[in-house]
Amino acid sequence: MPEIKIKGLVKQFGATQVLKGLDLEVRDGEFLTLLGSSGCGKSTLLRLIAGLDQPDAGTIHLDDRDLLQLSPSQRNCAMVFQSYALYPHMTVGQNICTPLLMRGLNFWQRLPAMRWLFPVVRRKHAEAEISARKVAQSLGIADLLDRKPAQLSGGQRQRVALARAMVRHPAVFLFDEPLSNLDANLRQTLRAEIRQLHDQLGVTFIYVTHDQHEAMSMSDRVAVMREGRILQLGTPDEIYNHPANVEVARFVGAPRINLLPGEIRGNGSVWMLGRQIGHVEGMPDVNGEPVACQVGFRPQTNTQAHVDGLAIHGPVSAVEYTGAELIATVKLATSGQSCVFCLHSSHPNLRIGEPLRAWVPLDQIHIFGADGQRLAFCPHPVLLNAAA
Amino acid sequence: MRVHPLNTLMLISPAAVLLVVMLLLPVITVAVMSLTDWQFGAATLNWIGLANYVELWGDPVFRKSLGNTFLYLVLVTGGAVSIGLGAALLIESDSQLRGFYRTAFFMPVASTLIAMAVVWQFLLHPSAGMVNHLLELIGLTPRDWLNDRHVALYSLAVIGIWQMSGLALVLFLAGLKSIPQDVRDAGALDGISHPWERFRRITWPLLGPTTLFVVTVCAIRALQVFDTVHVLTRGGPNKSTEVLLHTIYAEGFSFFRMGYASAMTVVFIAGIFFLTQVQHTTMERKTHY
Repeated sequence: MPEIKIKGLVKQFGATQVLKGLDLEVRDGEFLTLLGSSGCGKSTLLRLIAGLDQPDAGTIHLDDRDLLQLSPSQRNCAMVFQSYALYPHMTVGQNICTPLLMRGLNFWQRLPAMRWLFPVVRRKHAEAEISARKVAQSLGIADLLDRKPAQLSGGQRQRVALARAMVRHPAVFLFDEPLSNLDANLRQTLRAEIRQLHDQLGVTFIYVTHDQHEAMSMSDRVAVMREGRILQLGTPDEIYNHPANVEVARFVGAPRINLLPGEIRGNGSVWMLGRQIGHVEGMPDVNGEPVACQVGFRPQTNTQAHVDGLAIHGPVSAVEYTGAELIATVKLATSGQSCVFCLHSSHPNLRIGEPLRAWVPLDQIHIFGADGQRLAFCPHPVLLNAAA
Repeated sequence: MRVHPLNTLMLISPAAVLLVVMLLLPVITVAVMSLTDWQFGAATLNWIGLANYVELWGDPVFRKSLGNTFLYLVLVTGGAVSIGLGAALLIESDSQLRGFYRTAFFMPVASTLIAMAVVWQFLLHPSAGMVNHLLELIGLTPRDWLNDRHVALYSLAVIGIWQMSGLALVLFLAGLKSIPQDVRDAGALDGISHPWERFRRITWPLLGPTTLFVVTVCAIRALQVFDTVHVLTRGGPNKSTEVLLHTIYAEGFSFFRMGYASAMTVVFIAGIFFLTQVQHTTMERKTHY
């Protein structure tokens, strides 16, 4: 079972610590995405796994092999770059053949004229060309084999890069924002294709992106990174519906999650907008003093029907029409803060300045403590008590 | 936006006037002059058609000069390109003193060659020169570098290489910088890790456009060699260092045969034009690789 185990990984560039003792376990055959904004260390982590950079501390193991002892080409990892990184002077076919020839032939056999002198070398070249053609066919670029990269479109180039990575059957595929240079339509198509490829090949994919849609739609698990640390590692569902802390909650989901101030009183009861909405468990004793907390709910979780939830009302200060829905910003009547709601586009009479009233179901609410960590929240204890 | 034709004319006129006055008129004048027997300072001239060119064809000095120029061009271009590339690769591999090396190598390019020629004259002096002293020290026979007709042109070529390799180096350093790191990384993952393999499969092919540019720039500048020849050897001994520009200068301003010198100039301009065209057409092609 090729499993990647990363322990205590530290990488410094000059005085800045890009990775701060990072631990990560990647399961065999899993599609893991490293998600984070630029500068969070996700690409650095990928380059360390590939062997393009050396860490300052920590270990990386693939199975039981210590990867740090191996050169990049010995690690059995293939990488796809944002810039495609094709060899511009070689044809598509030669590009795809290169990793096979560099592995299959020794130093002397790779010298220019050897192909014409020795049948062994000729046979290896022929084999490489057959494998390259097969891979190219599976990606639908077999008719481009004789072209140079400069004559291809961005999408075709990225397929060539994929083919070059696939042709040597690596144990791990590393993707460094491979779709960032492509237009939106192509990105969507290739996203699906890469996911399909993963299901076909069944090997481990580690995929770096700053695009949460990519991360959520493709991955088995997502690692949300920030400032050289992993904030949360979980399935897309866990990341979205149970964010471990306020940073993950803020980073994932569009429009951004609404965060309103609340307070936790001594007995663990959570108060917001002048009413008790529930209580949290496992709060350290704070001597009865109330502490601040953040109450989060997604713009999508609201209803026009009167449920027993958090009632939000105030004048609409901005409306954005996206086709499927209306994104309305509401200025809270009580505290003057802003809240964003996604409403069905058929919502009637939404003009700036008009009042809007919406309810947020209490079971859709996330509570984050003063340190930003998620707190276990039980909504509305009063009602629950009454039912009991 | 539509621009009135008259405005267009007005806008291009400063550049056009300069181009005509500074470039086209002199070239045309020289071309016309090459068809006459005009002597410098003479009041009259006669049309003699292509007689100057016919004379050129049979002139042993001109032939020698053309041959010397070509040999000098090949030596200097080859030398400067290899030294420039080698030094650029060494400097690029360890970035510690890059700025210092770049400046040091570029200094000869920026300095006045006439002044530098005098320094070289001292270095190569048969009895007092440092070069001969060093040779004697390691037991080799000293030579009269600038007055021996077997080695004089090579001595000049060495000075030419010394001067040009800095330019080649700076251009190659820029070319090396423009090779994307991603391509090198992809190579490392694909198994292109041995330095020689990396040079042969990635660096050298991707430097193709740079190399072409460096070669043509060096060739054009080598074709224009004059200062060192004029200061150090004056074409001698026995015409062994006679080069095109120096021959033109001698014919025109020592022997005052302006018509004949003009014919040589036309040949010279044709050579430069040819090299420039080679450079231009190859640089224009979008996919150089």
